[in-house]
Amino acid sequence: MNVQQKIQKEDSMIMQKEMIAGHFENLARAGENGKKVVYTFVPGNLNELILAFDMLPVHPEVNALQSGMRKMSGDYIQEAEKFGHSEDVCAYVKCDIGMMKKGNIGPTGLPLPKPDLLLLSYTGCFTFLKWFEILKKEYDCPIVLLQVPYQAEGKITREMRDYVTRQLEEVVVPALEKVSGKKFDPDRLKEMLALSAQAEDLLVEVWNSAKNKPSPIDAYFGGVFYIGPIFTAFRGLPECVDYYKALKAEVNYRIKNKLGPVTPEGELNDQKYRIVVEGPPSWPNFRDFWKILTDEGVVMVASTYTKVGGLFEDGFRHDPDRPLESLGEYCMGCYTNHSLPARVDILEKYIKDFSADGFMIHSIKSCNSFSAGQLLIMSELEKRTGKAGVFIESDLVDPRYFSAANIKNRLESYFQMIETKRAGA
Amino acid sequence: MKVETIIKRCEDLYDDLDFNYVKDWKEKNKARAIGFMPVYAPRELIHAAGMLPVGIMGGGDNLEIIRGDAYFQSYICRIPRSTIELGVSGRLDFLDGMLFPAICDVIRNLSGMWQMMFKGKYVKYLDVPQNFGVEGREFYLTELAGMAKAFERVSGNRITPEALNHSIGLYNKNRQLITELYDLRSRMPHQVKTAELFLLMRASNILEVSEHTKMLRDYIAAISDSERPVRDHVRVIVTGTFCEQPPLTLVKALENSGCFIVDDDWVLGNRYQLEPIAIGDNPIEALADAYLDKTVATASRYVPGRDKGDYLVKQVREREAEGVIFAAPSFCDPALLDRPMIQDVLARENIPYTAFKYAENTGQIQVIKEQTGTFADSIKLWGSQ
Ligand code: SF4
Ligand code: SF4
Repeated sequence: MNVQQKIQKEDSMIMQKEMIAGHFENLARAGENGKKVVYTFVPGNLNELILAFDMLPVHPEVNALQSGMRKMSGDYIQEAEKFGHSEDVCAYVKCDIGMMKKGNIGPTGLPLPKPDLLLLSYTGCFTFLKWFEILKKEYDCPIVLLQVPYQAEGKITREMRDYVTRQLEEVVVPALEKVSGKKFDPDRLKEMLALSAQAEDLLVEVWNSAKNKPSPIDAYFGGVFYIGPIFTAFRGLPECVDYYKALKAEVNYRIKNKLGPVTPEGELNDQKYRIVVEGPPSWPNFRDFWKILTDEGVVMVASTYTKVGGLFEDGFRHDPDRPLESLGEYCMGCYTNHSLPARVDILEKYIKDFSADGFMIHSIKSCNSFSAGQLLIMSELEKRTGKAGVFIESDLVDPRYFSAANIKNRLESYFQMIETKRAGA
Repeated sequence: MKVETIIKRCEDLYDDLDFNYVKDWKEKNKARAIGFMPVYAPRELIHAAGMLPVGIMGGGDNLEIIRGDAYFQSYICRIPRSTIELGVSGRLDFLDGMLFPAICDVIRNLSGMWQMMFKGKYVKYLDVPQNFGVEGREFYLTELAGMAKAFERVSGNRITPEALNHSIGLYNKNRQLITELYDLRSRMPHQVKTAELFLLMRASNILEVSEHTKMLRDYIAAISDSERPVRDHVRVIVTGTFCEQPPLTLVKALENSGCFIVDDDWVLGNRYQLEPIAIGDNPIEALADAYLDKTVATASRYVPGRDKGDYLVKQVREREAEGVIFAAPSFCDPALLDRPMIQDVLARENIPYTAFKYAENTGQIQVIKEQTGTFADSIKLWGSQ
């Protein structure tokens, strides 16, 4: 392999890591730089709007997932449980609370600033509401709520759109103006939204590349890195577009050379099974889980978790001509804001469009928003697609609920079953 | 009428998982019925369309779960699986529609499951506002207007302002009597047994509202005529039970462990409005305004200011309660995430509390009874302040 190829393969990963590290550095220096900080959630976040006010976002779930990956979540969760949080509730919340109680040192080892504003948009998850009620007690700063109506009937109605837009205009923007001390500049927002749309176009192309055989990407384990910039602090910035251009170039290179994605075990070129995934990963066991699957020759060709911050394949783009309205539509379009029947449709389409051999549901103890109803999703998908699914249970940050042996066993029998089916076909 | 006769009737309704009362009512009135889950269902609107609102609160501890478990992982609360069980076993076939108020993601997703599993029935996820300003009001009005249209379609009746005002009046009366009953229990907890109150509240899920109002009136009259022995119990408030209901056996056990329950939040759908809903030219607006401004605090309703827990503290003071029991359904995110916040407030106010989890089919009654018994004893010994 020549140097040029090696750089192409790793460019985007390095860029992504640097971007995120830079963001945490900015956060650590927010105080000395006079930057105001907004805590807000990933799904349906209003990143462009926050940046348009020169504020910096902090995403508690990203901290939780990073703590998970760095194997610190177990301690944090237990810390929160010491303070009376139940073992039954979402561990993301507890991981964040535990981290806060232990000094709020962020995932890169740098301290996180306190919020100047809590921007509570509880898109697709009711627990977010409770989470910020808890944080509100800890921080002496204003809180502003954006209610994002659920797409219960499988569509966004005019009333839903009006509701979100009106809240943005009358509640959220004034709150951001007040806290930042800056006047809202719609032109600045529009410029950012145009850049968001470019990044979104590129991301959709990356997702669609998994239709190739072999797939040049892993749309789940690899995919969670791909969504980092766009779903967090960078959407709306030129460097976000640059990142997706670099990623796209790598993916193109791999398609041309019929190469699979880079995994921690090396390039996955021999792809025996193409699988669609529903549900979040398990962060503390991310690499083990990925390895179990790569060992079986599995490539994840599409996933729903990577759509928690938006499904762009349905054509939605942030639109500079309708800034606040399109921000509202973005919030409402996140994956978990879709009804259960719509989620089945999305998964069915993935299984067909990405010529999957089957699908895996990774059910998470923490997350009622994802998990409640997944068994019905499973049976419905099997019925509709004729493909078998496998149901795996663990947690996204609570290491107590991950059993590698169980998962391995279950997956092995699942793939054996697929083999038998293939042999019979 | 005797207390025993009234309570026997309630028990029969409570035990009847085939909802024969509703079926008979439909037959007799040639009308339809709409089910609703906890908490926030505008029953007035269903009633004004000439239909019967029916509160569905899972299957309790009498329902054998045969297929419901296949729909839910072990770490999800109990109420959705028993509700699905009721549905797939055909016990809810009599319902012409179902409302799922937005109280958590489980109920939310259950609304989608219902759409998939019971095709052709009216299913509504009611996205109640958490923004209590003009924006939320506007949105809620469109939700209510949309439901009114749907109810007209399902029932074949028009919901006129007169009809809606009439229904609001009936429910106001009913709420007033429920308030009287709760006040009476708080004043004379030895007279109004909590298990009886619980059953009366459960009956309000099923009975047509006027009939339930009459039942409450009869009960209050009957109880005032009887004398029950005064007991030395401590006065407590039970909170956290707004969705999945504790089984009757558990309610009885709490009372028998030495606690007078002087307020609670079960069957909350029937008393979440704190004041009468206005009767006037625009009753839909009145429904919306009542919801926005005068609604009981629960874990499922956002508290915008910094007064989380104040509602409970006020309740404790007004009811002269000596302690609080947090009873939350296992795996209930809203109730359990609320708990530490509320406990902090209670600790600040020097109000003793204890906490346990339950399920609608809990078998661990004895353990819980011992815990609340010890709690009651400690209050007796050390006092509450
Ligand atoms: S319930 Fe799920 S979506 Fe909500 S905060 Fe927890 S993990 Fe995130
Ligand atoms: S018991 Fe709690 S988690 Fe379960 S459906 Fe009710 S509110 Fe939701």
